[in-house]
Amino acid sequence: MNARILLWPGFAWLVLFFAVPLGIILLISLAHRAPDGMIHWGISAENYLRLLDPLYWAGPFGNSLVLAALTTIVSLLLGYPVAYAIARRSGPVKNLLLFLVILPFFTNFLVRIYAWFILLRPEGWIAWLLRALGLDLGLLGSPLGVLIGLVYGYLPFMILPLYATVERLDFSLVEAAQDLGASRWQSFWRIIFPLSRPGVIAGAVLVFIPVLGEFITPKLLGGGKVPMFGVLIEEKFLGRVPDWPLGAAMALVLMSLVLLVLARYFHQLKESRWVG
Amino acid sequence: MTLTRIYSFIALAVLGLVGLEACAGKQAPHELHLFIWANYIDPEVYRLFEQEFGVKVIEENVDSNETLILKLQAGVTGYDIITPSDYAVAALIRQGLLAELELSKIPNFQNISQRFRGLYYDPQNRYSIPYLWGTTGIGYNAQKLESPPTSWADLFEPSRLERYKHRVSMLDDPREALGAALKYLGYSVNSTDPQQIEAAKNLLLAQKPYLARYDSETYDDFLLSGDLVMAHGWSGEFAKARLENPAIRYVIPQEGGVIWTDNLAIPTSSQKIELAHTFIDFLLRPQINARIVNFLRYPSANDAAKPYILPEILHDPSIYPPDEIRERLEWIRDVGAAVQLYERAWEEIKSR
Amino acid sequence: MGRLRRWADRIIESLLVLDTLLVYIFLYLPIGVLVLYSFSASRYALVWGGFSLDPYRRLFADPEIAPALLNSVVVAAVSTAIATILGTLLALAFERARLRLQGSVEALVYLPIVIPEIVMAVGLLLFFAQVLRPFFSALGLTLGPMPAVLLGHVTFSISYVMVVVRARLRDLDRSLEEAAFDLGATSWQVLRRVTLPLLAPAILSGALLAFTLSLDDFYVTYFSTTGGSGFKTLPLYLYALQGRAAIPPQMNALATLMLLASVTLIALALLIQRRTRRA
Repeated sequence: MNARILLWPGFAWLVLFFAVPLGIILLISLAHRAPDGMIHWGISAENYLRLLDPLYWAGPFGNSLVLAALTTIVSLLLGYPVAYAIARRSGPVKNLLLFLVILPFFTNFLVRIYAWFILLRPEGWIAWLLRALGLDLGLLGSPLGVLIGLVYGYLPFMILPLYATVERLDFSLVEAAQDLGASRWQSFWRIIFPLSRPGVIAGAVLVFIPVLGEFITPKLLGGGKVPMFGVLIEEKFLGRVPDWPLGAAMALVLMSLVLLVLARYFHQLKESRWVG
Repeated sequence: MTLTRIYSFIALAVLGLVGLEACAGKQAPHELHLFIWANYIDPEVYRLFEQEFGVKVIEENVDSNETLILKLQAGVTGYDIITPSDYAVAALIRQGLLAELELSKIPNFQNISQRFRGLYYDPQNRYSIPYLWGTTGIGYNAQKLESPPTSWADLFEPSRLERYKHRVSMLDDPREALGAALKYLGYSVNSTDPQQIEAAKNLLLAQKPYLARYDSETYDDFLLSGDLVMAHGWSGEFAKARLENPAIRYVIPQEGGVIWTDNLAIPTSSQKIELAHTFIDFLLRPQINARIVNFLRYPSANDAAKPYILPEILHDPSIYPPDEIRERLEWIRDVGAAVQLYERAWEEIKSR
Repeated sequence: MGRLRRWADRIIESLLVLDTLLVYIFLYLPIGVLVLYSFSASRYALVWGGFSLDPYRRLFADPEIAPALLNSVVVAAVSTAIATILGTLLALAFERARLRLQGSVEALVYLPIVIPEIVMAVGLLLFFAQVLRPFFSALGLTLGPMPAVLLGHVTFSISYVMVVVRARLRDLDRSLEEAAFDLGATSWQVLRRVTLPLLAPAILSGALLAFTLSLDDFYVTYFSTTGGSGFKTLPLYLYALQGRAAIPPQMNALATLMLLASVTLIALALLIQRRTRRA
C-alpha cells in the first residue's frame, strides 16, 4: 500500500496546526521579557541559561518525574487486571464493562475534582476513617492526594490501550499451555503478558508523558504545596508575574527531554524487531 | 471507494463548518460584548439596559487579570468592555491595549468619589474608571477560632499557627503573599529592597509547613466547609461566603492590608466604542450601581450610589472599612526591575 | 504440588477479581459523591446543605445550558471523528510502511502528548490571532469559534488515537492481510475488509479517549475563542458559573444528568446490539 497517502493527511494537519504554533512558542522562548512584562523579540539563549538553575529541577522536575512514574505503575497494576477481565468477556457485557471505565469521564473535570475535595478534605469521612485507624495523613495538599487524583484521571488512558491489545490475544493459547501443565500464573506471565507488551507501552506513554506536564490536578489537589514542573510552567503564563519566554523555554526543554527518551526507546524497539 | 473519498469528506466537513461560520461570524450591531469576571454584574442590569437602549449585552468570563492581559496581548479581538484591576490597567495602558475614554460621553463620571479619581495607574482617568474596589486581608471562621485574628502575626507566627496546622491558606500570588509578609514586617508591599524581600521570603518559608494550601480560587469553599479556619484572601469573597454562614468574618490586620480596584475600560480593538461609553455611563448611574453592589457585596467607588445601597452593606466595616483603617491600606504598584526579586522569591517558596 | 498450584491459581484469580472490583469502586466513588451533592441545598459545592431539588431547578431555568451542551457534544463528536480517522491512518502508515525520515515524523506526532496543555493553548491562541485569522480576513472570511475550537481539539486528539491503534497494529498477524492480497484483493479492499475490522477495538478505544479529552478540555477551547462569539462549551459554561471562586451544586446536577443521558444511550446501544445478534 502506498504509505504516503496514509501519512499525509494527519501529518499535514499536525504540521499546520501543531508545528506552526510550536514554532511560535520557540520564538517566544528566544525573546526577552522586560521587568514591566513586555516581550522584546529577539534571539537570545538567556531563558535557556536561566534553566540551568537547579531550583527548577530538584523540586518541581524531580517531583513530576516521581509522580509520573508512580502514576504509571499504579495505573498499570490496577488497570491490567481490569483490561484483562474486560477482554475475556464477549458481546454486550464486554462493551458494557468497557463503557463503565470511561463513563465517569463523561462528566466534567472540575466537578470530579470537587468530588475528590469532598472525599479527601481533612474534615471529610475518609480522613475521619483514617484518623479512627490512627492514621493522620494530610491527603489534600500532599503528594499522596495528587497521586490519587492523577491515577484517577489517567486510569482510562492505561486501561483502554491495554484492552485494545489484550482483546486480540488468542486465549486458547492459555488453555493449551495449561493442558501442557503450566500454572495459570505461568501461562499468563510467559504468554499473555509478553504478547500484550505493545499495549503496556502505549498505556505507559499515554500516562507517564502527559503527567510530566500536568498542572491542574497538582494545583488543586496539591493545594500549591506539591511543586511540579507543569505547575511552574503554568505560573509563567498565567501567574501574577508572567514570564512567557521562560515558560516557553521550560516547556521546550521538557519536550526535548521526553523526545530523547522516546527516540531511544523506538530505536531499541526497531532493533529488537529486526532481530526477532 | 478509495481513501481519497475519506479525505474529501474531511476536507468538506471542515470547509463546510468554516463556511457556515463565515456567514454567521459577523457581529450584530445591537450587541455589546463584555469580557468580565463571572457573576460580576446582576443579570437584571443587562435586561434593564436592553430595555432602554435595545442593545443585547453578551457576557464572556475571564478568571484572572493575567488571562485577560494574555488574551488581549495575543491580539484577540471582539470585546467591548473589560474590568481589569488596577495593576492590570497599568500593564494594558503600557501595551497600548486600552482605548482613550471620552469623559464627555460619560456624564455619570461625576458620581465617582474624589478619592478614587486619578489613581496611580491612570492619573487622568484617560483609560479607565474605577468601578468596584476591595481589600486583601484575613477571612476566618469565628466559631472555630478562640480569638479573632487582628494582626498578620496570626497568619505568620508559628506559635499561633501551631493550633491550626493545615487549616490555614495563603493566596497563590507572589505580590499578595509576599506583600502580606512585608506588611507584617513593617515594610511597604512595594518594597524594592532585596533584604526586605528576602526577609519576607523567609517568613513565608517558615509558614509553609503550617499551611493547608496556596489558593486563590477555592479558599472560600474550604472556609465554609470547615476545613480552613483562616484564609488570606479578597474581601468580596468573604462577604459572599458570609451570606451562607454568618460565622465567616473578615478583618484587615492592624498593620494594614492591600487595597485594589476593578475598573471599567474599553479595549482598543473594540468596534463599538460609542456604545461601550453608553454602557459604562449606564453602570455608573446611582441606582444601577447600587443594584450591583447589593448583588455582589463589593464596595463601589460611586458616591452617588450610596443612598441606594443596603444599609447592612454600607455600614459593614468589613466591606466599607472605616477611614482610620483605610489609611493603612496600600496599593500593589509596579515595582520596576524589582519584580524579578518577587518572582525569584516566589519560585523559591513554591519549589521547595 | 498439584494442590499447591491450584491454590496459588485460585488466589491469583480472586486477587484479579478483587482488583477489578476495587477499580470500578474507585472509579465510581467520586461519581457517587457528585450525584449525592447534586441534591444539596447549599450554594457552595463542598457544603452539604440538606436535601433539595434546587440545583436542578436552577439548572433548568438557565437558558445558556442547552447551547453549551449542544456545542460540547458537537465539538466532541466531530473532533473525535476527524481525529480517529487521521490517527488510525497515521498508525497504519507508521506500522505498515517504511518512511523516509520516519524518526522526525514520529517525533512530531508524539509531541502533542508531551506538550503541557497551557503551552499548546497559548501557541494556538497566537497562531489563530496572528496567523490564521488575518489570513482568513484577507480572503474576506471569518474564522468562527466552532471551527477554531475543532481545529484545536483534533490536534491534541490525533496522537492519542494513533498510539492506541498502533499498539494493536504492532503485532497484528499479517498472514490474513497477505492471504487477502494473494486472493487478488486491492489494497483498499484489504484495508476495509481485513485490517480495519481487526483494529476495531483499538479504534473504539482511541475514539473514546479522544471524546473524553474533547469533552473535558478547557484551556485550548478557552484560548481558541475570540471575543464577541459568546461561544461556550460545557467546561466554559461551568467555569462561568463558578464565579471567581465557589462551584455551585448545579454543576453536580448537570454532571448527574450527563451521566444519566450517557447511561441511557449506552443501554440503548447494547440492547440494539443484542437484538441484531439474536436476529
